[in-house]
Amino acid sequence: MNQVSKRAKWFLTAVALVITLLHLIPYYILLTTAFKRAGDFSSKWLFPEYFSLENFTAAWEQANLSNAFMNTFVITFFAAAMLILFGSLAAYALARRQTRLNKYVYMLFVAVMVIPPLTALVPLYQLVVDVGLMNTRLVAVLNNVAAFLPLTIFLYAGFIRSTVPKELEEAAKMDGASTIGIFFRIVFPLLKPITATVLILSCVYIWNDYQFAIFFLQDSDMHTLTVALASFFGQNTSQLGLVGAAALIASLPMIFLFLFLQRFFIEGLAAGSVKG
Amino acid sequence: MDQPLSSTVEAKKGKKAKKRRKESSLWWMYLPSVLLVMLFIVYPFLDGIRISLTNWNGFSQVYDYIGLEQYKRMFADPDTWLVVKNTLLYGIGSTVLQNIIGLGYALLLNHHLKVRTLTRTIIYLPVIISPLVMGYIWYFFFAYQGGALNDIYNWLGLDPVNALGNPEVNPYIIVFVNTFQFVGVAMIIYLAGLQSISKEYYEAANIDGASSWSKFKNITLPLLAPAITINVVINIIGGLKLFDVIVSLTNGGPGNASQSMSTFMYSLYFARQDAGYAATQGVLMAVIILVLSLAALLYLKRKEVEA
Repeated sequence: MNQVSKRAKWFLTAVALVITLLHLIPYYILLTTAFKRAGDFSSKWLFPEYFSLENFTAAWEQANLSNAFMNTFVITFFAAAMLILFGSLAAYALARRQTRLNKYVYMLFVAVMVIPPLTALVPLYQLVVDVGLMNTRLVAVLNNVAAFLPLTIFLYAGFIRSTVPKELEEAAKMDGASTIGIFFRIVFPLLKPITATVLILSCVYIWNDYQFAIFFLQDSDMHTLTVALASFFGQNTSQLGLVGAAALIASLPMIFLFLFLQRFFIEGLAAGSVKG
Repeated sequence: MDQPLSSTVEAKKGKKAKKRRKESSLWWMYLPSVLLVMLFIVYPFLDGIRISLTNWNGFSQVYDYIGLEQYKRMFADPDTWLVVKNTLLYGIGSTVLQNIIGLGYALLLNHHLKVRTLTRTIIYLPVIISPLVMGYIWYFFFAYQGGALNDIYNWLGLDPVNALGNPEVNPYIIVFVNTFQFVGVAMIIYLAGLQSISKEYYEAANIDGASSWSKFKNITLPLLAPAITINVVINIIGGLKLFDVIVSLTNGGPGNASQSMSTFMYSLYFARQDAGYAATQGVLMAVIILVLSLAALLYLKRKEVEA
């Protein structure tokens, strides 16, 4: 933007550092809380003088986090895989074939984007009970896929229209390749950047999902991390150390993923917003 | 006379059919997506309108259609207006704060500072944490007993405050926590917008001797219009749907004081077995979200064209 003097730059750097510190406060409090033994009522602003992982082992056992991790992982994995498969296939047909039917179908997906899924909580719950999917991982997978599909299709279709050249597909067609073969061998590999965006957005969203999970996975064997955490908090409102440790454990996978793949998280969002 | 005419028609038909075959819709490619969206979004949405016309309790096999009784009840219920007021505060309050602060952060980081990556990372970090967890983390800060805020009050010799239990204050805490969590999204979108503005505009303005403020008002803001539109719309929708963070911070309490439409609907359905009424509240919530997000979208799109 504008050129600023060296002194102004120092000042702005200082401002940025202060903002960074302020944003770190809640994590700092989370750490001091999670490392304090039960019965230690010292200030939340100070770390304990001892080092103990007591809360972490206790929380892991008592909140049954290993089971919750497994459920969350399975649901996130299958939902993300289905989103990418169904979303990219649908977007390809809708972006490449401008028939009247396809225009209506595309409009349907765009319109559905503005319907907030949970405003229909009551009938959705009844539907899940009726089809016998209550307390199954499948229902969490399908719900998350349905909720995230419209945006996925929108992102893929935009990307296919703007960046995937038609010529390659036409050449392959001349050589007698089938539509499905063209899609998987030629088009899908070219979709990598947008697939990365969809994968990151949807994995974070599904991993962190609480709304669907709390409605449909009430059986403790089926609890995901967020549901396990909420019920654990309900039992330990006075033992914040345990809750802090559990919260930290539940968040670590996404935090690591973010720190290692930060470029994709941020570029994906920026690119999506500029195109959208 | 007949012969050539019909043959041209035949020829035309053949051409059309050929074209249509080439332009087949490939409907089987989107069939699974359409089925999923129909089953899990469109059908429940429409069925919700039907249930809102009943007195169903959520589990019984028998119930009656009672016309618009639930709607009359809803508009007469003071809780409805409390909850709508909260929902609007969450939606509009977070949108205003996230956009102002997010734009401020983006403008700051757009100066190529050495700490830019660090600051950006830390500000964006909460976006990838579950809102439920983010609520618990801030609970440790605001909690009446053993919260970090009251430690400060204690050092200053002040009486501890029960911020989360105070209905006058806790809706604002929810807005604050939601803003803290998602301000990083607004910041990134604004940063991308700022970087797409050509430097030449500023150079020309510098030659004209324009002030910083006038450059901001006449160049930066108008050219950021698309980014403003996206941010406002996603923040409004996100804020109006707020659920998780309320559960972990206040659970809607005390009473219904900090309840949003989402959490209120949840408690009507599961705690009070009032399914017909919960569905009615769901319809109202959908209408509010649709109207507000579309109004914001149309207004901002018009501004974009003007700018």
